[in-house]
Amino acid sequence: MSRLKRLMSWLTTTDHKRIGLLYFYTAFVFFLVGGLEALFIRAQLAQPDGHVVSAETFNQLFTMHGTTMVFLALMPLTASFFNYIVPLQIGARDVAFPRLNAFSYWVFVLGALLMNASWFTGPLFHAGRLNVAPDAGWFGYANLTSRQYSPGPNIDFWLLGLQILGVSSLAAGFNFIVTILNLRAPGMKMMRLPVFSWMTLVTSFLIITAFPVITVALVLLMFDRFFGTHFYLTSAGGDPVLWQHLFWIFGHPEVYILILPAMGIVSEVLPTFARKPLFGYTVVVYSGVLIGFMGWGVWSHHMFSVGLGPIADSVFSATTMLIAVPTGVKIFNWLATLWGGQLRFTTAMLFAIGFIALFTIGGLSGVTHASPPADLQQTDTYYVVAHIHYVLFGGTIFGLFAGMYYWWPKMTGRLLSETLGKWHFALVFVGMNLAFFPMHLIGLLGMPRRIYTYSPDLGVSTLNLVSTIGAFLIGVGVLVFIWNVWRTRTRGQTAGNDPWGGATLEWTISSPPPVHNFDVIPTVASRLPRWTKTQLKAIPEGAKLAEIHVPGGSIWPLVTALGLPVLALAPLSHRLPFAFVGATIILLGIFRWAFEPFEA
Amino acid sequence: MTIAAATHRTSMGLDSRKMAFWAFIGSECLLFGSLISTYLVYKGRSVVGPYPHDILNIPFTSVSTFDLLMSSLMMVLALAAVQRGDLKWAKVWLVATALLGIFFLSGQVYEFTSFVREGLTLQTNLFGATFFVLTGTHGAHVTVGVVWLLTLWVRALQGQLTAANAVTVEICGLYWHFVDVIWIVIFTVVYLIQ
Amino acid sequence: MQQPSTDEHPVVQHAHPTAGVYLRVATILVILTVIEVGVFYVPAFHSILVPALLLLSAVKFTLVVMFYMHLKMDSRFFTFLFGGPLLLGLGMTMGLMFLFGAFALRR
Repeated sequence: MSRLKRLMSWLTTTDHKRIGLLYFYTAFVFFLVGGLEALFIRAQLAQPDGHVVSAETFNQLFTMHGTTMVFLALMPLTASFFNYIVPLQIGARDVAFPRLNAFSYWVFVLGALLMNASWFTGPLFHAGRLNVAPDAGWFGYANLTSRQYSPGPNIDFWLLGLQILGVSSLAAGFNFIVTILNLRAPGMKMMRLPVFSWMTLVTSFLIITAFPVITVALVLLMFDRFFGTHFYLTSAGGDPVLWQHLFWIFGHPEVYILILPAMGIVSEVLPTFARKPLFGYTVVVYSGVLIGFMGWGVWSHHMFSVGLGPIADSVFSATTMLIAVPTGVKIFNWLATLWGGQLRFTTAMLFAIGFIALFTIGGLSGVTHASPPADLQQTDTYYVVAHIHYVLFGGTIFGLFAGMYYWWPKMTGRLLSETLGKWHFALVFVGMNLAFFPMHLIGLLGMPRRIYTYSPDLGVSTLNLVSTIGAFLIGVGVLVFIWNVWRTRTRGQTAGNDPWGGATLEWTISSPPPVHNFDVIPTVASRLPRWTKTQLKAIPEGAKLAEIHVPGGSIWPLVTALGLPVLALAPLSHRLPFAFVGATIILLGIFRWAFEPFEA
Repeated sequence: MTIAAATHRTSMGLDSRKMAFWAFIGSECLLFGSLISTYLVYKGRSVVGPYPHDILNIPFTSVSTFDLLMSSLMMVLALAAVQRGDLKWAKVWLVATALLGIFFLSGQVYEFTSFVREGLTLQTNLFGATFFVLTGTHGAHVTVGVVWLLTLWVRALQGQLTAANAVTVEICGLYWHFVDVIWIVIFTVVYLIQ
Repeated sequence: MQQPSTDEHPVVQHAHPTAGVYLRVATILVILTVIEVGVFYVPAFHSILVPALLLLSAVKFTLVVMFYMHLKMDSRFFTFLFGGPLLLGLGMTMGLMFLFGAFALRR
C-alpha cells in the first residue's frame, strides 16, 4: 500500500478496532499534555513565592489541566476501550453505526485541537501574549466567564471547544446504547453481559442525559458573551447560581461517567487474575445502575457554600451519603472476589488492587464533603483537590492502566513487559500518594486552591515540596510506561489468543482480531463462556464458514466533523462567513453520508 | 452472509435506527427540559418590561399551535401511505407536512419581528432572553424537520421511497411529532400560564 | 430496566393504527386546544387556570406520543427510552424550581 492510500484508509476507517486505537493514541497524547500542565503547576508551587509562571499563565494551566484531563484524556481513553473491547465482549462484528462512530472520533480530535489552539493563537487576537487559553477553572463559574471580566478569546475557546466535544460524546452515547442492547451474540442475555460492557451501557445513558444540560448552560453563556443577554448577570435579574446548578446537574453524572468504566475494567481484571468468577455479579451490576441513577440527585453538594438553605442542604447531604452505599457494596464485592482466589500479581492486577485502595480513600474523603458544615471548611481548599485526584487518578487512571496492561495484548498482539510494568506501577503508586496525600493536610491548614503562589508564613512549604516531588515521580512512571509501549512494538512477547486465561468472548479470537472479529458469531450459554465445561472455541465443530462482507470506509464522517470547528470560527473571530461555510460543509457531509451506498 | 448485522439480526428484535432515535429523543427531553427550567426559574424576574402579558398574542399563537397539530396529522398519514406502498399520497402528505412546517416558521418570524418592533429583544430583559432562546431552539428544530421532510419528498418524487424503507419516514415522523409535543408544552407553559 | 430477551428476532413492524384513528386523535387534540384557549379567556376559571392547563397539555402530550409516535403499540422498551429521560427532566425542572424558590409559601 502506498503511503497516501494507507493514510486514507485511516481517515475513512469505520472499523471499531482502528477507531479504538485512534482514540487511544490521541487521548494518550492529551493525557501527556494535561500531565505537563500539572507539572508546571507543581513546579510553580514547589516553594513559596514561586516564579516559574505568571499568575495569568497559572490560571490557564489549572483550567486547561482540569478540562484536558476530564474531556480530552479520561473520557476518550474510556471511549477507546468502549470501541475496541465492547463489540468483542458482546460477540458483534462492529458497533451499530460504524460511520457515526468515526464521526465521534473526528469531532473529538477537532474539538480538542480547537481548544488547545488557544495556547498559541494570542497574536491572532492582538492579545499581546502567545497564550490565551481558558482561565476560569474547569467548571467556569459565571461572572468569571462574562465578557465584562474576561474580554479576551480565552473563554470563547473553552465554551466552543466543550460544545463540539459534547457532540462527540452524545453521538458515541447513542451508538453504544444500541450496540450493547441490540448487537449481542445469540444467548448473550443481559445478565450474561460482561461487567465492563454493562458499565459502558450505564455510562452511555448518563452521557445522553447529562450532556444536553451542559449544552444549554453553555448556550446561555454563548448568548451572554456574543449577543449581550443577561442570563448570569445579577443586576439584570439573572443569577450566576443558575450556571452552578446547570453545570453540576451535568457535572455530577459526569463524575460517574468517568469512574463507572474504570469500575467495569477492574471487574474484568480481578476475576481473571484471581481465577474466580466475580463475587456477586448481579449486585455489582445493579449497584452500577443504581449509582448512575442516584448520580442525578446529588449535584448541589458541590454548592453548599452558596447557602441554599437548610432543606436543600439536608436533602443533598442525605442523598450524597446514600450514594456511598452502592459504591461501598462494589468495593466489598471486589474484595470478596479476591478472597480465596489463586492470585497472580501481574501489572494489570496490581493496578486493579491499587484502584480499590486509592478509590476507597477518595470515596471516604468524598463522604466528608457530604456534611455541609464540614464541607464549608473544605470548599475551595486543597482538600478538595486531594479528593478529586484520589478518585480520578487513584480511581479512573489506575483502572485505565489496569485495562491497558490487560487488553494491550488483545489490541496489538504483543504483551507489555511485566518488569517495566511493575516499575511503572511502583513509581506511579508512590508518586500519586506523595503528590496527593499531603494536599489533604495543605487544604485543612488553609491553603486555597487555584492561587498561583503562597507565603512561607502559611507553614505549608514542606508539604507542597513533597507534593511536587510526588508529581514528578508520576511523570517518571508514565515515561517508563511509554518506554514499555515503545519496546513492545518490536520486542514484546507474542500474545496468542488468550495470554491471561480470561473468561470472556474477546479471548476466543486471535490477537489482534481479524477485521470481521468472529469467523462464526458465537452462541453463548453462560456468563463466563471460556471457563465453563464446554469451553467456547472460535470455530465450533461442524460450523459452516460463510463469506463475510466487510464494509468499506467513508470520508463523510470526517467531512461532517470538519464543519463543526469551521462553524465555531465564526463566533471566535466575529466573522459571519465562517458560519455559512461551516454549515454548508456539515449539510454536504450529512447528505453525502445519508445517500452513499454503505452496508452497516 | 453479509456483515449487515444491524438491520437483519438484532438481539431485541427492534430496528437499531429506531432505537437510536428514541434514545436521541430522550436526550432531547433534557435539552428542552433545561431550557424550560431556565424559563421557569427566571419567570417574573425581569427588572424592566415588556412583560409576557404585555406582548404575547394568544389568538395568533393558537393558530400556530393548530397548524403544528395538523402537520402532525399529515405526517402520520404520510407514514401510513408509505407503509401501504401508496407513493402518490405519500408525496402529497409529505409536502403538506413540510408546508405546514414552513407556515409555522413564517408565523414565528412574524412574531419575533413584531416583538422586536414592540421593544422586546434578546437584550431587553430576562423574559426576552429566555423566551427567544427557548422558542428559537424549537424553531431551529422545526427548520431541521422541514429540510428532512423535503428531502424525503424529493426521494418520493424520485420513486425511491418504498414500503421496505418506510422506517426512514417513521423516524422522521418521530422527530416531527416530538417537536410538536415540545410545542404543546411551550404553548401552555410560556403562552397560556402567564 | 426491563429485561430484554436475547433470542434471535427478525425485526418486526408493529401494526400501526388506521387513518380513522389518526383523524379521531387529531379531532380530540383540536378540541383540547380550543378548551385550553377558552379556559385562558374565561375569568371564572382563573382560580384553577394553572392545574387545568397543565392537565390539558399533559393529555395532548400523551395522545401524540401514544398514537402518533406509536408508543401504545410499539415495544415497551421505546417507552422506557423516552419516559426515563422525560421523568429525569421533569424531576430536574421541579428541583430547580424548588431551589429558586418558586414553590415557597407566600408570607
